Amino acid sequence: MLSENYPEEIEAILAKYPPDQKRSAVMPLLFLAQREYGSLSLEAVTEVGNLVGLQSTEVASLVGFYTLYHDREGGKYRIQVCTDLPCALRGAQSFADELCEKLDVRMGETTPDGQVTVEEVKCLAACDHAPMFQLQEPNGIHYHEDQSVGSALALIEALRVKDQVD
Amino acid sequence: MTEHVVLRHRDIEGLDQLDTYLENGGFKAFKSIVTKKSPQQVINLVKKSGLRGRGGAGFPTGVKWSFLTPDVFPRYVVANADESEPGTFKDREIMERNPFQFLEGVAICAYAAQASVAYIYCRGEFWDLTKELDRKIEELKERGLVGKKLFDSDYSLEMYTHLGAGAYICGEETALLESLEGKLGQPRLRPPFPAAEGLFAKPTVVNNVETLTNLPPIIERGANWYASIGTEKSTGTKVFSISGNVERPGNYELPLGTSFRELIYEHAGGIPNNLAIKAILPAGASAPILPATEEVLDTGMDYESVPEVGSSLGSASIIVIDETVDIPWVESKITDFFEHESCGKCTPCRDGTYWMKNIFGRVMDDSAQPQEIDLLYTVGIGIQGKCLCALGDFAALAVTSAVERFRPEFDLHVVEDSSKAA
Repeated sequence: MLSENYPEEIEAILAKYPPDQKRSAVMPLLFLAQREYGSLSLEAVTEVGNLVGLQSTEVASLVGFYTLYHDREGGKYRIQVCTDLPCALRGAQSFADELCEKLDVRMGETTPDGQVTVEEVKCLAACDHAPMFQLQEPNGIHYHEDQSVGSALALIEALRVKDQVD
Repeated sequence: MTEHVVLRHRDIEGLDQLDTYLENGGFKAFKSIVTKKSPQQVINLVKKSGLRGRGGAGFPTGVKWSFLTPDVFPRYVVANADESEPGTFKDREIMERNPFQFLEGVAICAYAAQASVAYIYCRGEFWDLTKELDRKIEELKERGLVGKKLFDSDYSLEMYTHLGAGAYICGEETALLESLEGKLGQPRLRPPFPAAEGLFAKPTVVNNVETLTNLPPIIERGANWYASIGTEKSTGTKVFSISGNVERPGNYELPLGTSFRELIYEHAGGIPNNLAIKAILPAGASAPILPATEEVLDTGMDYESVPEVGSSLGSASIIVIDETVDIPWVESKITDFFEHESCGKCTPCRDGTYWMKNIFGRVMDDSAQPQEIDLLYTVGIGIQGKCLCALGDFAALAVTSAVERFRPEFDLHVVEDSSKAA
């Protein structure tokens, strides 16, 4: 349970908003739940709803609306390549396609070992450093700019090695 | 132009460290207003500077503040750091490299608005940046620059970051407020405007990151100094984000009114491989596309001149398109974007972008019927002026302007008329 495992973090999140506006904490709490459970199942959604006094349906609609929440499991690491117009003008589409080919997955799919999902996303405000992607992993989201397929594969390999050591 | 107003970190090394920022005059402006000026004096000064909102709408900042409903408290200030317009990447550089000037700007705005709580709404993708801002806010608290009874006055201020979770529409200020209240990021019907009923139904100011970052130098150096930069109605500098087919994409801070030609050819190094320029998107995806004629290239990038040639400056994210790029492909990408980002609240936008995307699917397959280009145009016209926020208009204007200005390129994508072939 989140309330048992993270009482201090939950309290710190709630403290940001007026006491009668607990609902504002729902989005940060969903990130916390996603970190804990990997994805946001109905159980996770219900648990978050209980913390802020919302119906699970209302919380689930947020999960569906916002792209950084995931209601089904994907790879532990999501490589989210920006293929929007400014990046596409600088080679992002061929970068994304070639990366998929090297990983032997189609866009949106996860590698057989469950490690990496490759996804296309909209503008990430890094247009002057294309090709680029963000790495969404349980502990956060990190930008990787001025990428080549080689550098992306090297990062994925480094993550695999790190996980084996851990 | 040699001196930066907003991108000062490019002139001063280590400006993202609090000690360096303070050594270079940091927080003098905030301290001076809290100890010596009334909120109304600050509003008047910002009005006089001519500063206009840098997020896209270009609305005069001081005027926006003066709309706050009198005598209703608490009030809130929200920094809009949901930078998501394709081609815009200025706020990210400001917050990463010159964070304290931005935070001082938030503090100045909060004082002028008589708000004791300010939220910084960052797009969820700015995860690492937001964690860093949290640490910077802690440092400000430790030094007594944010917190209770500042500089021995009665003024207290708390600042909090809030992460979005992936939704372009949350850059629209009322959708942002909905999101900050823990709801779907969908725009509100206006009026009431946020200055009357904003966050938690209280009077609220929402300002863009770049707008706020302009405030400390305006306070310190005066409204006249600021108004002397730029043009008469578009004062000050602007951070232009330039991307696409140029040698040196990036942010360039220049006076408003600088020509497209100077930005593209002098600062960004021109078009790679000696290719010719074909078109310019002056405001990311959110403005009509401009053919890169000599007249357009010589146009000043300010809030008055760009509309005169048939587009708008918006957040000044210039996407450059060279002669090899197919304009229908550009518009299909833009339509994909808006179809994905439409929040779904207004039917013309939700369904219209979906229709346009479907037609573009056939256009890009070269399987569209000749009349479908007209249909595309008609759907675009059908969206315009019928939605709660500007997203629908932007999606439609991108397409209708391209069909009007680059029609022959669209006609190359339709199937041949079989009756004529015989």
